[in-house]
Amino acid sequence: MADWYTNFANSGFGTTITKQLGLPRPAVLRRYEPGQPLLPGPVVIGSAGQGRLRDTVSAVLKDAGVTVLSPVTADGSTDGEKLGAVVLDATGLSSPGDLASAHDFLAPAIKRLRPSGRVLILADPPQAADSPAQAAARQAIDGLVRSIGKELLNGSTANAVYVPEGAEASVASPLKFFLSGRSAYVDGQLLTLSPADVPTGEDAEKPLAGKVAVVTGAARGIGAAIAQVMARDGAHVVAVDIPAAGDSLAKVANEIGGTALQLDITASDAPQRLVEHLRERHHAGVGPGVDIVVHNAGITRDKLLVNMDAARWNSVMAVNLQAQLDITQALLDDGDVLNDGARIVCVSSQSGIAGNRGQTNYAASKAGVIGMVRAWAPQFAERNATINAVAPGFIITEMTAKMPLGTREVGSRINSLQQGGLPVDVAETIAWLSQPGSAGVNGQTVRVCGQSMLGA
Amino acid sequence: MASNSKPATRKAAIVGGNRIPFARSNSTYGQASNQDMLTATIDGLVARFGLQGEQVGEVVAGAVLKHARDFNLTRESVLGSRLDASTPAYDVQQACGTGLEAAILVANKIALGQIESGIAGGVDTTSDAPLAVGDDLRRILISLNSAKTLQDRLKAIARIRPGMIAPEIPRNAEPRTGLAMGEHAQLTAHEWEIGREEQDELTVRSHQNMAAAYERGFFDDLVTPFLGLTRDQNLRPDSSLEKLAKLKPVFGRALPDGAEGTMTAGNSTPLTDGASAVLLASDEWAAEQGLPVLAHLVDAQTAAVDYVHGGEGLLMAPVYAVPKMLARNGLTLQDFDFYEIHEAFASTVLATMKAWEDPAYCKEKLGLDAPLGSIDRSKLNVYGSSLAAGHPFAATGGRIVASLAKTLHQAGPGKRGLISICAAGGQGVVAILES
Ligand SMILES: NC(=O)c1ccc[n+]([C@@H]2O[C@H](COP(=O)([O-])OP(=O)(O)OC[C@H]3O[C@@H](n4cnc5c(N)ncnc54)[C@H](O)[C@@H]3O)[C@@H](O)[C@H]2O)c1
Repeated sequence: MADWYTNFANSGFGTTITKQLGLPRPAVLRRYEPGQPLLPGPVVIGSAGQGRLRDTVSAVLKDAGVTVLSPVTADGSTDGEKLGAVVLDATGLSSPGDLASAHDFLAPAIKRLRPSGRVLILADPPQAADSPAQAAARQAIDGLVRSIGKELLNGSTANAVYVPEGAEASVASPLKFFLSGRSAYVDGQLLTLSPADVPTGEDAEKPLAGKVAVVTGAARGIGAAIAQVMARDGAHVVAVDIPAAGDSLAKVANEIGGTALQLDITASDAPQRLVEHLRERHHAGVGPGVDIVVHNAGITRDKLLVNMDAARWNSVMAVNLQAQLDITQALLDDGDVLNDGARIVCVSSQSGIAGNRGQTNYAASKAGVIGMVRAWAPQFAERNATINAVAPGFIITEMTAKMPLGTREVGSRINSLQQGGLPVDVAETIAWLSQPGSAGVNGQTVRVCGQSMLGA
Repeated sequence: MASNSKPATRKAAIVGGNRIPFARSNSTYGQASNQDMLTATIDGLVARFGLQGEQVGEVVAGAVLKHARDFNLTRESVLGSRLDASTPAYDVQQACGTGLEAAILVANKIALGQIESGIAGGVDTTSDAPLAVGDDLRRILISLNSAKTLQDRLKAIARIRPGMIAPEIPRNAEPRTGLAMGEHAQLTAHEWEIGREEQDELTVRSHQNMAAAYERGFFDDLVTPFLGLTRDQNLRPDSSLEKLAKLKPVFGRALPDGAEGTMTAGNSTPLTDGASAVLLASDEWAAEQGLPVLAHLVDAQTAAVDYVHGGEGLLMAPVYAVPKMLARNGLTLQDFDFYEIHEAFASTVLATMKAWEDPAYCKEKLGLDAPLGSIDRSKLNVYGSSLAAGHPFAATGGRIVASLAKTLHQAGPGKRGLISICAAGGQGVVAILES
């Protein structure tokens, strides 16, 4: 399913019209479906610098059934088989001069990229560089990958992963995510990994098998999609929403074989009631305990700051930020419910990164979420757990469907993929962060925005 | 549980419940059928307890007002629900006692080890009520249907007279006395000298208690919204003695000359649409499913009175049922932490309590040496009852069982609750729950 304009622009008649009028021609994105191969074509792996990750990358991809090709040379031909993905191992850069080989490798390879192709660059984090020259070379990757993202056509994306020394085992999970259809609307992102105890042997089709996942705001929109994707990936979902949304919540729960918990997460006793419910139903001693918590529930109460009343400010803060803090703290304080290796994913927003007129309250709350996960990450790492944020861009939901057509159309086009994302795109990213194999992704904020021009 | 041997009797556990908010007659649920409401209610229960595709031992439910086509209402609702289609079901009907009786039936089978789990429910609509045609017209229509020739058909049609067309609308009236239930209750209120003000006070408390319970989230895991309704439509959080005092009596035509009625539309339950369901199980089944045990159904009793010739009030049967059940369990009326006396009318609750306090009545009618005594009013209907919620006849029992079980659970282990429900036909159904 894509939005009406993307459907139109890809229809026979729409193709003619949009070409003649020079209108944007958004591609139909390659999205994940169970049973789908990781990539629709082979991957080519190249390196710049010493490249300590090539063998790891190659092994992971071969293991996932991907055909791995050797790099084309600087003057290499642009013909041959179309590529599903291009991976550049840029670890071990010592100075900007080393980047020339990145250019040499990428230029011909990207020409051979199929629609919905993937460019992924692995590099060392700039913060840990030995010299200014090395830091410069590492930081250069940032500008490089973002620019590639803007140049790519046909639904292709470019992302980068910074891999510190010792975090090599953490690479497999983000590598597979960024190349797969699960990351369809994730573009222009730079992720920094941490060293972690990464479990292996995950079932690729059911990476969340046996897990218990709590999803707030699950009655509709992005939350319902998260619940569905979690269940598809094998998790038992405890779907939480306000009592007034209980009928749609029950439908979501029944569709996915989960359970419905009607709870206003801002009630003063909400954290305690949630913990009690989870202890009763999913006690670590009697049941499997809770592995995943997704703080998705969120509200907007827009007004210019000068006109905003306290009620608007307070209610947005309460749902979007305070409830996430209080519930997470309650789960940490209760020794019984949350399993070691738990995954917490907090929904932030593009507005929390870029700001938005009329959304001081909302943007403040969503920026707060980013600060919260960064600060909590080390504590979570101690118990092999992670806490991350996902910041959706323009996602087509009931909420955005109510926006005026002009605002909505502009909002959905000002990104590299020239279209709005779908709830499932956010859900896939959250489900990926929730996988046991994503142990090395902690304290990060991943944007799901098609490389939005806002706040980038 | 693959055991072949029959366990000795055990107490059935109440795991939880679900209901839809109760709606006033001919309002929000005007277009909903009993089957729609019962199916939605079962599905809400399924979602709450993760029973999708599960086969429970039995689903037992009923409706008081039922269309002929709904002869298999509960089974049809199960087939339309998310439960495993191979879940057996049957209908029961004991007027306003239907919901509680259904829970007792399920609990008894669990107690005997015949089933491990079951759902008890009830539903009623006074909006989508069945209409019947008069017996004359019905006979003509039947012969029309069996007529073989056009001539026979025309002959049958020719027998129809305009006066036969008016449908018979089901009334909330006793077939043997022709009196509305409210008229019967007003007679009892008069006999027991139940004043207008005490009825209004009980009514205000019911609304306030229920509104407070909603505010503190008590119903969050007991109610699932339906057709846009999120709370009971009859609930008036701002109900007050002053407002209730303004209402005119609506019953009293059967009272002796000169006596004025004390029962109003405020202190009587209105006609209501709604449904409820309760999940019961053996302790073992609940543990296997990772589900809680809120309380156990300890014992139950029914009774009936001869309100036609015997000089007893139509709604007084629970007064007789309770002492029998107490004696069997070695309990006194004061041995309870919570009391649930169904508020068919405020006067019914008050007459019930007054009868238990009356030494002469307890001796002569109930055959007791001493009166049962009074009960602590602060333990009565603590989250409101039918005056506030409304009373879709067969759905009231499930509402009370689930809410009381939750209250007992919250109060801690070893707490005891008494349920007393009066029903049309001079019947009463009572039960004891214990956490
Ligand atoms: N749609 C977008 O474009 C977009 C963009 C950026 C971020 N987001 C964020 O994604 C999340 C989901 O957004 P959506 O578009 O699906 O919104 P939505 O309004 O469709 O769904 C939000 C859900 O949260 C529930 N909720 C609200 N307050 C709650 C409370 N106190 N307790 C429990 N549940 C509560 C609502 O009932 C609703 O079901 C939100 O955090 C939102 O801020 C959305």
